[in-house]
Amino acid sequence: MNNNKVIQVEGLTKMFGDFTAVNAITFDVEKGEIFGFLGANGAGKTTAMKMLIGISNPTSGNANVAGFDVFTNAEDIKKNIGYMSQKFALYDDLTVRENITFFGGIYGLSRKRIKEKSDALIEELGLQNVANKLVGALPLGWKQKLSFSVSLIHDPKIVFLDEPTGGVDPITRRQFWELIYKAANQGTTVFVTTHYMDEAEYCDRVSIMVNGKIEALDTPKKLKEQFKAENMNDVFLKLARG
Amino acid sequence: MKRFIGFIKKEFYHIFRDRRSLFILFGMPIAQILLFGFAITNEINNVDIAILDHSKDATTKEIINKISASKYFSIKQIIEKEADIESVFQKGHVKAVLNFEKDFSKNLIKDNKATVQIITDATDPNTANTISNYVNAILQQYQKDVNKDITIVYQIIPETRMVYNPELKSVYMFVPGVMTIILMLVSAMMTSISITREKELGTMEILLVSPLKPFQVIIGKVFPYIFLSIINAVVIVMLSIFIFKMPVEGSLFLLALESILFIISALALGILISTISATQQTAMMISLMGLMLPVILLSGFIFPISSMPLPLQVISNIIPAKWFIIIIKGIMLKGVGIQFIWKETLILLGMTVLFIALSVKKYKIRLE
Repeated sequence: MNNNKVIQVEGLTKMFGDFTAVNAITFDVEKGEIFGFLGANGAGKTTAMKMLIGISNPTSGNANVAGFDVFTNAEDIKKNIGYMSQKFALYDDLTVRENITFFGGIYGLSRKRIKEKSDALIEELGLQNVANKLVGALPLGWKQKLSFSVSLIHDPKIVFLDEPTGGVDPITRRQFWELIYKAANQGTTVFVTTHYMDEAEYCDRVSIMVNGKIEALDTPKKLKEQFKAENMNDVFLKLARG
Repeated sequence: MKRFIGFIKKEFYHIFRDRRSLFILFGMPIAQILLFGFAITNEINNVDIAILDHSKDATTKEIINKISASKYFSIKQIIEKEADIESVFQKGHVKAVLNFEKDFSKNLIKDNKATVQIITDATDPNTANTISNYVNAILQQYQKDVNKDITIVYQIIPETRMVYNPELKSVYMFVPGVMTIILMLVSAMMTSISITREKELGTMEILLVSPLKPFQVIIGKVFPYIFLSIINAVVIVMLSIFIFKMPVEGSLFLLALESILFIISALALGILISTISATQQTAMMISLMGLMLPVILLSGFIFPISSMPLPLQVISNIIPAKWFIIIIKGIMLKGVGIQFIWKETLILLGMTVLFIALSVKKYKIRLE
């Protein structure tokens, strides 16, 4: 296989009874790429992502994530990926530091490494004053940035973000994307689903899912040319209307 | 292992930072045991009784004097015929009637035995039982006094008859019941809530995507509650021994083992509940309605199973708490060893294995 492709998916399908949630999707993601995974609600984005992160078994097809097969080596995949869900997912009743320590711990980091990581992370996010405060007391934007950083704590090869910027203001979203760029520059591959079409413009390549199938996949620039659209929003509307 | 310790540390943060769960964990057991303990007291004082003396001889006089001299009883009425027994009870004047047979002294000398019937008003079963015990104690003391200087051993046989509630099985054995409720509450309800909480918050998903295996997550979630439930059981037993002078006749070690078995079965139920409920509220409602109510109503804790209608008696068999109450009553009150309760233990063990198997299966389905 090509070492530059960290995600390789071929004909991946998921059926729930008679309903085909994900219909034979095929795509590759390269190392260090920011890959936007777009689609309307119910298009099958989350289901597809769940198969890639090893918490849902595909019905058929092939997929290789971080060099491991989703059917046979789901456990190895888990060690090499980070995940941030659309629900904010840190513990509100634990402090910033306790949250970092806990998640570092479940990824098997040593105590010394956790300490180094926590200090670096708190410094980077400017959370020095609230490091020992409960996470529940922080504003949502801060929580989300912290959540993203925590998902990177074990230096995963790929980080999966499921609608990470839902419900935050444009400024915080902008800052959040700066964090994403930073991670990508350091070689982490970013796989992100989003509703916001302006965010799609920030991605290196985007795929657009409609009714369980990938209907378009290219750089935002080429997609706009292909669909003769002003922006990604128009591309999306043209596709979704069929 | 290190991951596991980190996980458990986190669980304890959750528990100790939430006042509600702290209250349920530690306030509830103590409050319940004290409430039950003081509300259901077995002390009696100056209870009004009536006497029906068919022989009116020296011995019965002496016994009656002894009884009226004790601080426990005061003789309110002397009645003359059997027919009056019903009416004194119905008027509610007295709690008990002592019925001495005809020729009491003569029988005692001739046959070495004589009978006195203790009839108690068992609408209040607890008091009825206590009264009969106290009268028995006085009679036995009298026997001893008499036999001291007479070589022939006289025997006065008290014959107890409970009226209005012949079963009298729901008496003051509150400790086993309270212990069962608390362990059920802490183990099943608290774990199901704490697991659904992670689902609700979305952290469960993060945990499942982490290298932790699902069973490690579940064990990490329930372990603190095993620990806390054991502490609770110890606190309850200590309170009942030291405050209520309740005897623990049997082996404490066996009691501990059986309690751990029950705790594990309750935890498995908690996990099962968490797999079928999406929110903490649902988990709590299912725990309360599906577990607490049956434990209180059908386990034999308050209402004797033998006096339930047949369908309910059958249903009571599937409630783990019923078997646990039989087991701990046996150990605590009767002092029996495993040879007398192995059957109940086996049933409880079987249920526990079933619950664990079911919750593992359910849990796997959820992950699909």
